[in-house]
Amino acid sequence: MARYSTNEFKSGLKLMIDGDPCAIIENEFVKPGKGQAFCRVKLRNLKNSRVLERTYKSGESVEAADVMDLDLQYLYADGEECHFMDTSSYEQYAASEAAVGDTRKWIKEEDMCIVTLWNGAPLAVAAPNFVELEVTDTDPGLRGDTASGATKPATVETGAVIRVPLFVEIGERLKIDTRTGEYVSRVKD
Amino acid sequence: MSKDPVVASVETLQARARMLAVIRGFFSERSVLEVETPLLCSSTTSELHIESFCAEDNSSGAGGFLQTSPESCMKRLLAAGSGAIYQICKAFRAGEAGRLHNPEFSMLEWYRPDLGYHGLMDEVGDLLRLILQLKSQRRISYGDAFRRYAGIDPFDISLAGLRKEAEKHGLSGATDREQCLDFLLSLKVQPALGAGLTFIYDFPAAQAAMARVRPGSPAVAERFEAYVDGVELANGYRELIDPVEQESRMWADLERRAAAGIAPVPMDEKLLAALRAGLPECSGVALGLDRLMMLATDSDSLASVISFSYEQA
Repeated sequence: MARYSTNEFKSGLKLMIDGDPCAIIENEFVKPGKGQAFCRVKLRNLKNSRVLERTYKSGESVEAADVMDLDLQYLYADGEECHFMDTSSYEQYAASEAAVGDTRKWIKEEDMCIVTLWNGAPLAVAAPNFVELEVTDTDPGLRGDTASGATKPATVETGAVIRVPLFVEIGERLKIDTRTGEYVSRVKD
Repeated sequence: MSKDPVVASVETLQARARMLAVIRGFFSERSVLEVETPLLCSSTTSELHIESFCAEDNSSGAGGFLQTSPESCMKRLLAAGSGAIYQICKAFRAGEAGRLHNPEFSMLEWYRPDLGYHGLMDEVGDLLRLILQLKSQRRISYGDAFRRYAGIDPFDISLAGLRKEAEKHGLSGATDREQCLDFLLSLKVQPALGAGLTFIYDFPAAQAAMARVRPGSPAVAERFEAYVDGVELANGYRELIDPVEQESRMWADLERRAAAGIAPVPMDEKLLAALRAGLPECSGVALGLDRLMMLATDSDSLASVISFSYEQA
């Protein structure tokens, strides 16, 4: 298995920590003038998103995690798994419910997603930062109320429920920020 | 001036020039002589944790080491009867790059034949007060600093206890005593020092480097480090003047380098010869000028106060 030395550490690098794949978020070089040099790293566990901190002696090496990010197209869900395809090689990947997680409520067929593979199998799926989805259910719109700032719940075509302004009507397409789950704007056709 | 975003601002360059003028004025007033010594030397430090750059003649391959500090040459001047001296120069340390490190950096180093190391701490404080707004100034021994901020006695604790403590704070594969102590100093003690100037003094004898060891229980190195707002700024010694002790420390360093698989360095015979001829009783200190500039301008990395950092040089 490949290993990375501390002098190759940089944010984004994927390492195996206690058996789990992790990505470096921050890396700081620490050294008392006359003493041992250390690399202090903050990492995100890619399986559970928990943030952890580790310190390595400078020059030490750590096992690399066989992790890569691919842009894949979402094909369909079969009840247990979501299926994705590499649009250039046509290779297909099946992602478990755990790997897809909350992303599921933002994506619909043919959307491009970033799928993180660990040892060749999907570990996590990230939706595009912004998606456009149609409103399938919400209370009748209050025309003209664009200033009050009041909101109401609306269900979109993927089944997700988000807070929207009062003027939004069934059948309208909305731009949504998937990182926060918030309404951004209406999309004019 | 270019709009190159990686270049320190014109205001920073001006502030740096003013800082250098203040430093030269300070030493001129105190009759400390400014000297220059070679950056390219035939030998270099033997210290385990400091790695040197080699500079070679592009065609013949002949060359030397870029100095990691001017200590050796300045001690040779002291042995030759220079009296109190200071130097503003570049120093080079391979592999040290980060927010607070640049492999090439500016150093202020000075030696006082007439001062003890506590007297030299006073002088470091006097100089820093001309450049920084210091909220406070205090001294704490290495032992007290560890007892207070890391909750352990660095002289008494067993190696097993020390390893456990280091692992508890996230160090993987802690091995020897000094590594664990360096880790806890950097990660526990230093960040807890708070605002203002703090001197930590009387280090473990194993971390004496070129400082005198004072016998006792425990024996301690007459060495100090100055920290401002938790940033390590200066390292000073009551200088070791005994050539026999100096030579045996160098051999011990070379053995530790060999055991760690690090490239050997030649013995600094010229320094040993100067010590045999007689280095006067003195104290000396080295201070990082880029870090001082960073603190003076309230910046958060060396790159913003250096005209061109290592990556841009």
